[in-house]
Amino acid sequence: MSSRNAILSRLREVQPASRALPAVPMFDDKLPPPLETFKQSLVRMGGKWLDAPADGDIEGLIRSKFPDALVVCSAAPEVKGTRRIEEIERPHDLNDVDVGVVRPGFAVAETGSIWMSEKQYRVNALGYLSQHLVALLDPADITGNLHQAYHRREFFEANYAVLMSGPSATADIEGVLIRGAQGIRSLTVIPVPRTRTSG
Amino acid sequence: MKRVDHVGYSKKFIADEKHIQFHDKRLWALRTDRDTEVHGIVEWEELRSLASGIKEHTLTHLADYLAEFERNATSNGVVVHWAKDAEEHNRIVYDILTNRKAKVLVKSKSMLTEECEMRPYLEERGITVVETDLGEQIQQLDDEMPAHIVVPSVHKLATDVAKIFSRTIGTDPNESRIPALAEAQRQSTRPLILNADAGMTGCNFAVAETGGVTVCTNEGNADLSSNVPSLHIASIGIEKLIPKLEHLGVFIRMLSRNALGSPITQYTSHFRGPREGGEMHFVLVDNGRSERLGMEDFWYSLKCIRCGACMNTCPVYRRSSGLSYGGVYSGPIGAIINPTFDLKKYSSLPFASTMNGSCTNVCPVRINIHEQIYKWRQIIAEKNELPFVKKEAMKVAGVVLSSPTLFRAAIKSADTAVAILPRAVLYNPLNVWGKHREVPEAPEQTFRDWYLERNKK
Amino acid sequence: MKVALFIPCFINAFFPDVGIATVELLERFGCEVVYPLDQTCCGQPMGNSGCERDAKATEDLFVRNFVGYDYIVAPSGSCVHHIRDHMTAGEQTPELRAVRANTYELVEFLHDVLKVKDFPWAEFPHKVGLHNSCGTLRSLRTAKMSEIEEPFFSKPMALLQNVKGIEFIKPDRPDECCGFGGTFCVTEEPVSAQMGADKVRDHKRNGAEYIVSADSSCLMHQQGCADRLELGLKFIHIAQILNGARA
Repeated sequence: MSSRNAILSRLREVQPASRALPAVPMFDDKLPPPLETFKQSLVRMGGKWLDAPADGDIEGLIRSKFPDALVVCSAAPEVKGTRRIEEIERPHDLNDVDVGVVRPGFAVAETGSIWMSEKQYRVNALGYLSQHLVALLDPADITGNLHQAYHRREFFEANYAVLMSGPSATADIEGVLIRGAQGIRSLTVIPVPRTRTSG
Repeated sequence: MKRVDHVGYSKKFIADEKHIQFHDKRLWALRTDRDTEVHGIVEWEELRSLASGIKEHTLTHLADYLAEFERNATSNGVVVHWAKDAEEHNRIVYDILTNRKAKVLVKSKSMLTEECEMRPYLEERGITVVETDLGEQIQQLDDEMPAHIVVPSVHKLATDVAKIFSRTIGTDPNESRIPALAEAQRQSTRPLILNADAGMTGCNFAVAETGGVTVCTNEGNADLSSNVPSLHIASIGIEKLIPKLEHLGVFIRMLSRNALGSPITQYTSHFRGPREGGEMHFVLVDNGRSERLGMEDFWYSLKCIRCGACMNTCPVYRRSSGLSYGGVYSGPIGAIINPTFDLKKYSSLPFASTMNGSCTNVCPVRINIHEQIYKWRQIIAEKNELPFVKKEAMKVAGVVLSSPTLFRAAIKSADTAVAILPRAVLYNPLNVWGKHREVPEAPEQTFRDWYLERNKK
Repeated sequence: MKVALFIPCFINAFFPDVGIATVELLERFGCEVVYPLDQTCCGQPMGNSGCERDAKATEDLFVRNFVGYDYIVAPSGSCVHHIRDHMTAGEQTPELRAVRANTYELVEFLHDVLKVKDFPWAEFPHKVGLHNSCGTLRSLRTAKMSEIEEPFFSKPMALLQNVKGIEFIKPDRPDECCGFGGTFCVTEEPVSAQMGADKVRDHKRNGAEYIVSADSSCLMHQQGCADRLELGLKFIHIAQILNGARA
């Protein structure tokens, strides 16, 4: 008998009597305002909120915030960068990226999280090999809490999806919090409403 | 298998004042951070009940949910394997790797792979396995098991890590500033990930409805390990199943808050299918879980979502460290899970507890941990594996205490009451009490004597 | 009101004053206190050691002593916890079930049944650290638990705060276990002693002169630790303070 069948048949033998599945409420009838909450949660998780530039020059804003960046790789049409994500063949080719730019599919106010999948990243490793990440987020894409987030259909359409909440971090040594562990050292979110080309 | 000497190890740990003080303080801080975070959520107790209910339901229908999960994962392009035990898990992983001529495997934290002792198995067969999680890597480089399921090197000070890194990754032995140590690990691990043939993750939750796996981490190493190499393997304990995507709303809200006092981990990653040109494999592992499901008093332990909060709150764990439990799972959850792996070896663990119940209170899925500890003690006694107590003497105590005349004869005076203390009952000598405590003075008369005297008047 | 008194084996032998204070206190409130003379033990030492089956005869004796009483009161939280929650070695006859359900810990009884509020004879002008044993706290639920977000309540404090002059200090870790744990205190002596030392140092650091508890077992362990450390702390059972002990 295959292990699969051995395991399944053993389970059917020993499973305790059925317990009912509880219905899970949305817990969303008194949620605080999403934008403010998102900003606070983002900062709490170690991310940064950067107001959009008055002149609309996001590319310029990013250059001014990361003046030493040699490689800016963008997956968002609003930012050209120095390298387009469409040019990337292997994830390994992103290892020298200083700043990655991406537009999240949506965000979650409760936890300050931004959601990306292969659709937003094009090459998933953009979110992890880059030293820094900049996310162009439409405030209208902010959903209130995780219950709402986990009712969204996007999860069913993605092979890979992440809720990214701030930059990489660790507190494994003596509980001292280090922001910028093995992934991105910083996460900056700039409010940029979607346009027809945003994707 | 020799019985784990929790007492012996704890004695050494306690003797090292600097380490134990830090360890206790650090883990208590995780407990208080948890309190602050969860007490701010009005519906927290309701979430605990929901989480418990979802897990109980799933476990009572586990075969069906596993079949659904396999169906969906397979149609998403994932190859699903089934391992009835640790050895089979390791062999399956080895076969996947050798079929792809993979020689270097980078992995993120997975207690299941530790449980299966996968690393030595693969290394003996010529595969290089790199633990990329900082805490796990520290433990791997120091040839120690993880001491905590969430913060594996919690028992180590920065100076300890500096020594380990200097002899393994070539850093300055006197550099114990933590940012420098973390940066050194980042720099030395990144090339290993880039050059790896395959990446491996564990699994926090396996969603039947989507056929996908959710992994909660902070460092970015899991997402690097799974998105850089083109082969991704996820090891999944069969108890990790939950029915629907929406149930993640409950568990993701709870996991990091309860574990670390943080609203969510930096990365909550969902793997449903391989990327273009890539391969994804899931290995579903039983290794004793189906047996545990059939144990009426103990199947609730399968609800565990590995948050580690029981360890953080346990006053015994904090003062003895995870390594004194002799297994991958330590602290309160270890005490109720490990005896199913090896009753004799782990027979001391249910006694490394005061049954104070704090663990049960912090458990996000309402496992009745301290009650299971009490029940394990009965089983261990029945199977004649009591570590400290002379079972025959307990019989005698039972006889004496059930007979008023024998009882009174045994305590002729308050002084002789000392003799009723378990000198004859325990293997430890009575003067163990007196090692760090003063012995109470014996009063002049017992309560009973006083009562009889008063009634005469 | 007739009350049957259960005096645990170690209180009978080591802390008879606690038993005496309990009798006097209950009589002050008009209870007729009866002490069944053939009582011995509740069975906890065997149960906690895994030898539940060896506790059966002891538990039967307990039932024989206490059957028929509406109220069985004991000045020991850990024993009452065992009686109510773990007296499962024998057949659960109606008598056994009734005895289990009718057993109260002293604070519970004063607070919930007698509903007493005043102790006009009592005066205890000292700084006091209140220690709630894990049995009374998490099993008998006599006070708010720090792990759970619930409204504050504390039955022992509600009683004690009416004692003239009493002042409560606040330990850093109000409900961390003190490490007695039954046979744990000798089988896992290193950890037990460390827990006890931490507990008494916490109270001392926060200004306690006395540590008071409804459990003599915890007090015995903590006193042992405190005396070895020469902290100068004093220990007293809640029954004694409420009964008017001055020091």
